[in-house]
Amino acid sequence: MDATGFSVLTAIIFIPIIAGFVILFLDRQNRDLVRGVAITAASAVLALSLAVFFGYDNYVKGAGGLIDQQMTMLAAGGDLSGARMFVDALAFEQRIVWVESLGIAYHVGVDGVSAPMVLLTGMVAVAGVLISWNIEDRLREFMAFFMFLVAGVYGVFIAVDLFMLFFFYELAIFPMYLLIAGWGWVKLREYAAMKLTLYILVGSVFALVGAVAMYFAAGDFFSGSGAEVFQAALASGILPADSAPYSWSMAQLTLAAENGAFAIEILGIEGLSFARFWFPFMFIGFGVLAGVFPFHNWSPDGHVAAPTAVSMIHAGVLMKVGAFAALRAGVQLLPDGAQTHLPWIVFLTLINVVYGALIAFRQRDFKYVIGFSSVSHMGLVSMGWATMNLTGMTGAGIQMFSHGAMTALFFGVVGMVYDRAHTRDIPSLGGFMKVMPWVGVAFVIGGLTSMGMPGLSGFIAEFPIFQGMWAASEQITLQLGSFQLSNYYSVIVILSALGIVITAAYVLRVAGQVFFGEFDAEQFHDVGDIAATDRIVLIILGAPLIILGLYPPIMAPMIESGIRPLIALLGGG
Amino acid sequence: MEAFDLWAQLPSVLPEVGLTALAVIVLFADIYGSIATRRNVVFVSAVGMALLALVPLIWVPDPAQFEKGLLFWGGMVNYDPLSQIFKVMLLLSGAVTCLMALGDKGVGDKGEFYLIVIVATLGGLMMSSASDLILVFVALETLSIPLYMLASFRRGDLRSAEGGMKYFLYGAFASAIMLFGFSLLYGFAGTTNLGGIADAMSGGFDQGLLAVMAALVMVVVGFGFKLSAVPFHFWTPDVYEGAPTPVTAFVSVSSKAASFALLVRFLTAVFPPDLAIAGVVIQDFWVNLLVVIAIVSMTLGNVVALRQSNIKRLLAYSSIAQAGYTLIGVAALQGLDDSLAVASVSFYMFMYIFTNLLVFGGVILFIAATGKEDIKDLAGLNRRSPWLALFITIGLLSLGGIPPTAGFFGKFFLFQAAVKSNLVGLALIAVANAIIALYYYLVVIKVMYVDAGPDDEIPVGIPRSYGWALGITASIVILLGTIAVTPVYNWAALGAGGL
Repeated sequence: MDATGFSVLTAIIFIPIIAGFVILFLDRQNRDLVRGVAITAASAVLALSLAVFFGYDNYVKGAGGLIDQQMTMLAAGGDLSGARMFVDALAFEQRIVWVESLGIAYHVGVDGVSAPMVLLTGMVAVAGVLISWNIEDRLREFMAFFMFLVAGVYGVFIAVDLFMLFFFYELAIFPMYLLIAGWGWVKLREYAAMKLTLYILVGSVFALVGAVAMYFAAGDFFSGSGAEVFQAALASGILPADSAPYSWSMAQLTLAAENGAFAIEILGIEGLSFARFWFPFMFIGFGVLAGVFPFHNWSPDGHVAAPTAVSMIHAGVLMKVGAFAALRAGVQLLPDGAQTHLPWIVFLTLINVVYGALIAFRQRDFKYVIGFSSVSHMGLVSMGWATMNLTGMTGAGIQMFSHGAMTALFFGVVGMVYDRAHTRDIPSLGGFMKVMPWVGVAFVIGGLTSMGMPGLSGFIAEFPIFQGMWAASEQITLQLGSFQLSNYYSVIVILSALGIVITAAYVLRVAGQVFFGEFDAEQFHDVGDIAATDRIVLIILGAPLIILGLYPPIMAPMIESGIRPLIALLGGG
Repeated sequence: MEAFDLWAQLPSVLPEVGLTALAVIVLFADIYGSIATRRNVVFVSAVGMALLALVPLIWVPDPAQFEKGLLFWGGMVNYDPLSQIFKVMLLLSGAVTCLMALGDKGVGDKGEFYLIVIVATLGGLMMSSASDLILVFVALETLSIPLYMLASFRRGDLRSAEGGMKYFLYGAFASAIMLFGFSLLYGFAGTTNLGGIADAMSGGFDQGLLAVMAALVMVVVGFGFKLSAVPFHFWTPDVYEGAPTPVTAFVSVSSKAASFALLVRFLTAVFPPDLAIAGVVIQDFWVNLLVVIAIVSMTLGNVVALRQSNIKRLLAYSSIAQAGYTLIGVAALQGLDDSLAVASVSFYMFMYIFTNLLVFGGVILFIAATGKEDIKDLAGLNRRSPWLALFITIGLLSLGGIPPTAGFFGKFFLFQAAVKSNLVGLALIAVANAIIALYYYLVVIKVMYVDAGPDDEIPVGIPRSYGWALGITASIVILLGTIAVTPVYNWAALGAGGL
C-alpha cells in the first residue's frame, strides 16, 4: 500500500495526545468538560479503530485480498520470503523519515496481528474513561495521564519501525507509573507502581541494547556481503526507495534476518550465533511485560494496586504490548534464536499457566484472583508463540484479544463491586447477583470465557493453541549440549490442561461466593445497582467475547494472515 | 608565510570578541550606571549572550578549511563545527543562568555576578576551540577561576564559603597535575600544538612509553576533576550544596560541556588511533581508562544518589552519573569512523545543558520561595504550582531518559555509539544504571505529584522572567526529543569532520 499519504493511524496516536494536553489546561473545577473531552477523544479513537479493523478485514478477505494473494503465492511458490509477506500484509501505512542519518523513520501500519490489538485498545480506552467517570481526586490529571497512556500503547502496536516501538513503549511507562502511584490502592500503590515500572524498564532497556546490536549487524550486512540482497529488495519494492543500509525499519531487519545477517558467530564461541545470543534479551526483555515466569512478579501487585481503569488497560492491553513486542522484535527478527530458545522457554510458559492458576485459586482478595489469572492466561499466549506453527500462533493471537477484553471486563467487575461494597474479601461478599445483576452476568460470561467454554472467544483461542502444541510435538526438539529432548510438547499440553481445570475451579468459586449465596443486607445496606455508564463498559467488553466465540471468522483469518510471514521466517510452509 | 588576513581570521573568534566587549559593557554599566541601569545589567547580559549564540550559526565554518585541519591565530584556534556547537550551548547556558539568578537575593542583585558569568563563559568558549596546550591551559583557568569565585559568592554564608574553598583547593591541585602532564607532553614533542604532538610522537618515538602514559593519566585526572567523574568527584556534592543555586546550575553545565569538548578534541588529536609507541596502541589505553572511569562514575553516582535527602545533593550525584554516561561516548571514539561517537557526546551535552538548567531552575525557584531544600519538602508541589511541578518533571524525565524528552535520544545515541565500538558490555552496564537512576528521579516526581505536604494550599508563584526562562528550556527539551532531533544530530555529527 502507498505509504506517503496521511494515515488514520496517525490520527489514532495523536488524538489522545492532543486531548491529554487540552485536558491538562482545562479548569479543574469543570469536571463535566474534562470528562466530555476525554470521552469524546476515546470514542473518536474507538471509532477510528473500528474503521481500521474492518478496513483491514476487507483488505484481507475480499476477492484478490491478502489471503488470496498469500494462498496463490504458497501454491505457485512465488516470492515466499517472510519480509515480502510482512510488507505486503501492512496496511494504513504512513512513513516520514525522522532521523535520516540513523535510518529512523516515523512509520506506522497494521498487519493481521496488530489490527485486533488496535481495536482492543480502543475498546479499553472508552471503557477506562467511563469507569473512571466519578473519580473524586484530581480527575483532570487522571484523564490527561490516561490519554497519554492510551497513546503510548497504540504507538507500540502500530509501529513498523523498531525504534518507534521502543519510543512508544517507554512513553507509556511514565503515565502508568503516575496513575498507579497517584490514584491506586493506598496500601500498596507506591511499592507496586515502582516495582512494576522498574521490572518493565529493565526488560525493555536490555532489549534496546539488543536492538541496537541488530541494527549494526544488519547494516554491516547490507553494506557488505548482503549488498545485492539490499539492491534486489529496493528494486522489488520490499524496501522504500530512500532506504539506507543502516535502518530501524522492521521490514529491513526482517530481510536481514532471513538472509543470514544474524547468523554470524560472536564472542568466538562455536555455535553461539548473534541471533542465539540476543534472542533471550529480546523475547524475555519484552516478555517481562507479558508476565513470563519468573518475571511475572510485578503483575499481581501492579494490577491490584492500580485504579480500576488502569488495571483494565494494564492487564487488558499492556500485557499484550509485551507479548506483541516479544513476537515482533523477538521471533520475527531473530527466528534462528527463536528456534533455539523457545523449546525451553515453553517450560516457563507452562509454569505460568499452572502456577498462576494455582495461586489464583488460593487468593481471598477478589482482585488478586484476577491478577493471577492474567498471569496464567498470558502464559497461554507465550505458549502459543512457542509452538512456532500456524495453528498455535494464530490461537495465541486470538488469545491476546480474547484475554484482553475478558480481563478488562473482570477488572471492571471487581472495580464496580469494590466501589460499592468497599471490600474485596471474597468470603465476606455474597449474593451480589441480586443487587447488581448486570455485573453478575458479565462476570459469568467472562468466567466461562476464561474456562474456554465453547461458544465464547476463550475456546476459539485456547483450542488452537493446544492443537498447535500437539502438532509441534513431533517437530520440536530441545537441544542442550548433548542432552536431547523430543516429543515433550504433548506432555506440556496435558499438564497445562490442568491449568484450565484449576481455572474452572477458581472461577466457579468466586462466582459462587461473590455473586450467589446469601446477600448480607445489613453490611451492604448502601450497595445499589450500577450506573448507565458502567453498563456501557460491560457491554463494550463483554459483547466481543460472545461475537468472537460465535463467529470466529470475524478475526481468525486476519490473525492467520498476520502469522503467515512469521511461519515463512521460521522455515515452515 | 602568508600575510595576516584579519577578516579571514576573525570569524573563528567572533563570539569571544563579542563576549569580551559585553564583559566591558557590563563592568562599566555596573560601576558607573545609575540604579536603574544596574537593574538592567541582567537583561543586557542575558540578551547579549543569547544574541552572541547566533554568531556561530551565522558564520559557519567552511568545510574545505576545517577538514584539512586549518588552524587560526597562529595555530591556536580551531574553527570547526565541534567548536561551534559547544559555543552555542555555552552561550545559551550563560544567558539562561543570568535570567535564573535574577530573583536570588545576594546573588542576582549584584552586577559583578553577571560579569563573572560572562568571563567564565568566555573561558568555556576558548576551551571548545583551543588547539594548543598554552591556550588550553589559559582557557581552562579563565573558566575555573571565575567558577571558584561564583561558588563562594555568598560570602557571609558558611556553606557557600566552604564550598568555594573546597572547589578552589581541589581545582588548583587538579590544574597543577594537568599542567605537569602538559609539560611532559611538551618535553616529548617540542611543540605545544595538539596535532604537532601526535606527529612528533608517531615517528620512531619508542622510548618513554611509560612517561607518555603517565602524561596521559595526568591530563585525564585534570579533566576528570572538571567533569566530576569518579574518583575525582569529591568536591561535587559539597560545592553543589553550598554554592548559591544559580551558580550550582551554571557549574553543573558549563564547565562540564566545555571540558567534554576539549576532552574529545584533545584525545583524538594528541592520541589518534594510529599512534603506537613501542608497539602499544595508545588509544587502547585511554579507551580502557575511560571505560573504567565511566563505569565507576555511573555506578557510584547513581547508587549514592539513592540515599540523598537534599535535592541539590541528589542532583550533584546525578550529575556525576551523567558525566559517566557521557564518557561512554568519549570511550566510543575509537576507530577511524568516529562520527557517531562525536555526535553522541555533542548531542548529549546539548540536551544535558538545557535539561539540567531546567531542573535547577525549578529547584531554585522552589528554594527561593520556601527556603527548603529537602526532597520531602517538594510534597504536593503539583497542587501548589502545577507549572513548576511540570517543568521539574520534564527535566527529571529527560535526565532519566524517558521519551518524549531529549534525554531519551541522548542516551540512545550514546548506547548506539558504544555498541558500534564493540563496547556492548559497557552499554549493558549503562542501561542497568539508567534504571537505578530512574528510580530516584521517579521518587522525586512521585513526591511532587502524589504526596501531600503540610503547606499544600500555599501557592508558589513563578515570576515572569523566570517563567519565560523555564518555559523556553522546557520547550527545547521536548523539541530535542521529538522534531528537532534530526537537525541537531546532523549538526553534531558534522563535528567529527574537523577532528
